[in-house]
Amino acid sequence: MPPPASADRLGRLLNLVPYLLARPGIRVAEAAADLGVSERQLREDLELLWMCGLPGYGPGDLIDMVFDGDRVTITYDAGIDRPLRLTPDEALALVVALRMLAETPGMANRDAIERALAKIENVAGGLAESPVAVRLTGNADRLATIRGVVERRRALHITYYAATRDETTERVVDPMRVLVAEGRAYLEAWCRRAGAVRLFRVDRIDGMTELDEPAAPPPQAQPADLSDGVFLPTPDQPLITLRVGRSGRWITEYYPCERVVEESPELWLVSLRAADLGWARRLVLGLGPGPNYPALGLGSGPWCSGWCWACWCSRCSCWCW
Amino acid sequence: MIASVNVSRTRTERLVNLVICLLSTRRFLTASQIAATVPGYEHDPDDPRDHEAFQRKFERDKAELRELGVPLETGTSSILDAEPGYRIARRDYELPDIPLAPDEAAVVGLAARLWRHAGLAAAATSGLTKLRAAGIEVDPHATLGVEPVVTVDAAFEPLTAAVRDRCAVTFDYRTPEDDEAATRRLRPWGVVCWRGRWYVVGHDLDRKAERCFRLSRIVGQVKRTGRPGAYQPPEDIDLISRVARWTGPVERTGRATVLIPHGRGDGVRRWADETTPGPDGDVVTLRYGEPEWFAAWLVGYGADVVVLDPPEVRDAVVARLRQVARAYAAAGAPSVPLGDQATAGVG
Repeated sequence: MPPPASADRLGRLLNLVPYLLARPGIRVAEAAADLGVSERQLREDLELLWMCGLPGYGPGDLIDMVFDGDRVTITYDAGIDRPLRLTPDEALALVVALRMLAETPGMANRDAIERALAKIENVAGGLAESPVAVRLTGNADRLATIRGVVERRRALHITYYAATRDETTERVVDPMRVLVAEGRAYLEAWCRRAGAVRLFRVDRIDGMTELDEPAAPPPQAQPADLSDGVFLPTPDQPLITLRVGRSGRWITEYYPCERVVEESPELWLVSLRAADLGWARRLVLGLGPGPNYPALGLGSGPWCSGWCWACWCSRCSCWCW
Repeated sequence: MIASVNVSRTRTERLVNLVICLLSTRRFLTASQIAATVPGYEHDPDDPRDHEAFQRKFERDKAELRELGVPLETGTSSILDAEPGYRIARRDYELPDIPLAPDEAAVVGLAARLWRHAGLAAAATSGLTKLRAAGIEVDPHATLGVEPVVTVDAAFEPLTAAVRDRCAVTFDYRTPEDDEAATRRLRPWGVVCWRGRWYVVGHDLDRKAERCFRLSRIVGQVKRTGRPGAYQPPEDIDLISRVARWTGPVERTGRATVLIPHGRGDGVRRWADETTPGPDGDVVTLRYGEPEWFAAWLVGYGADVVVLDPPEVRDAVVARLRQVARAYAAAGAPSVPLGDQATAGVG
């Protein structure tokens, strides 16, 4: 249940006095932007604080402040000169995130992260024995190298294994950022070969050479929104439907599936988007013995190179025998 | 609407005054003393209905302060006081001094931003705001070069809170292999992020043993059972190793040789220990752990890979390919080019 809006406001007000005390003469607009509220809201908050103070509630008891044009300075704080201590959730959020940073392979400034973590854990007090542990894996050296290239804003030649097509490819990319998501490290870059932004799994970059030219991602190269996951199926990818037995159900947890129909207690029909039909073929073959076979037979079409089976292919909207 | 804005404004004002009042007192103040002091609590204590309304209001206010993390102390100042009173101890209220260097403050700011996609985003932001209210300046443009993207499952918050409070929980849990979710009862010890997935480790009250659960497989709500502080997790427990034990890396001690046509099977070649070119393709040496898993992976490459050695891998691959062929023959599908492997080693 979300706290009532008044609780949000109360928390904000109790913080506001020490925040302004630490920044005498700050511009109201700057403080508002900094605290994530509108300027009007901040002025209303200040008016309210002006009515609050120590018992007696006379001049000299109430919180006082001086406005100088668009700037504000607290001149009397009525004893709320420090922010409230961190709640357990706040401490947890910061400690876990710092541990994530500290555990991220190839991270710069590891020393600062460790120091900050120790200090935050220290003020979190009893919460320091935080109930969360983090381990992220990855090749720290390779990540550090790639990070260096990104920081130097250089183009990069990579030898990249494209698993969907089972192909080792050579490409020149304009690096944008390095990220770690869902337990894997990625280089996000403008791929000159594909003419699009691509996420390259760092463990599939089998070789790289920093080029003597600047990275120049074109203006349309925007970082991907990863809030819904790294692999986002798109409707233009063929939809494959598989009939899987119990031992093959793991695919429903591992891949984003569009539809799962429980055909019988032992057999599920699972539909998912395949970036490449060759990849789907490897998936189905690898699922192994048992009734892990595609419901709908053999697909092969003009889009698909070589032999290809296991799929009803939605791309040409027909059974492609 | 205007009225409700005013009500909430009056209420907020009353609460700020209550906090300031209780911070400024060393003595415990009783409810009636507070009512006589803090604006907004005026009422006639002799009118039962009025008094009851005050008590309800005061209870709500106390609850809201506690919800916000304001440490409201209850006690009596002397044995002569019949009624307990309230105060706020400054040392419990105030954020202690955190001497963060600029580079440390920058990484704390980055850390808080990690939650932008996920569960504790609001808590991270309000925590950071408190640090900034303490005078810490956070560089909003700092970067560390590598950006972790944090995502958590819905069960993360209730479970971490339960671990913190040492409170047993119950939840429905379903692995893909299960037909129905099963209700599990757990004393959680800790929550672990391992290889990008979240797990909870603890003592399973029904299995009477240590167990580890993947948070994404928890169905529905995590409910608390029993009281806080009901147990003590084992001392100095290494949570990571408890999870890694179940999902740890495989030792690759086996060695296999496979034949791969020129220009094919790049996914297998990447793992080659050795590659020897030959007339029919390259003979590639690979390490493996579990022969069945290894075979399942190789089978995915179809006709591009022929296992030469050892027999345990070769037989596993052949068996799988035969089953596939049978399944398709039974389904009336046209025959497919499985490659030499399916017929090799049959006779």
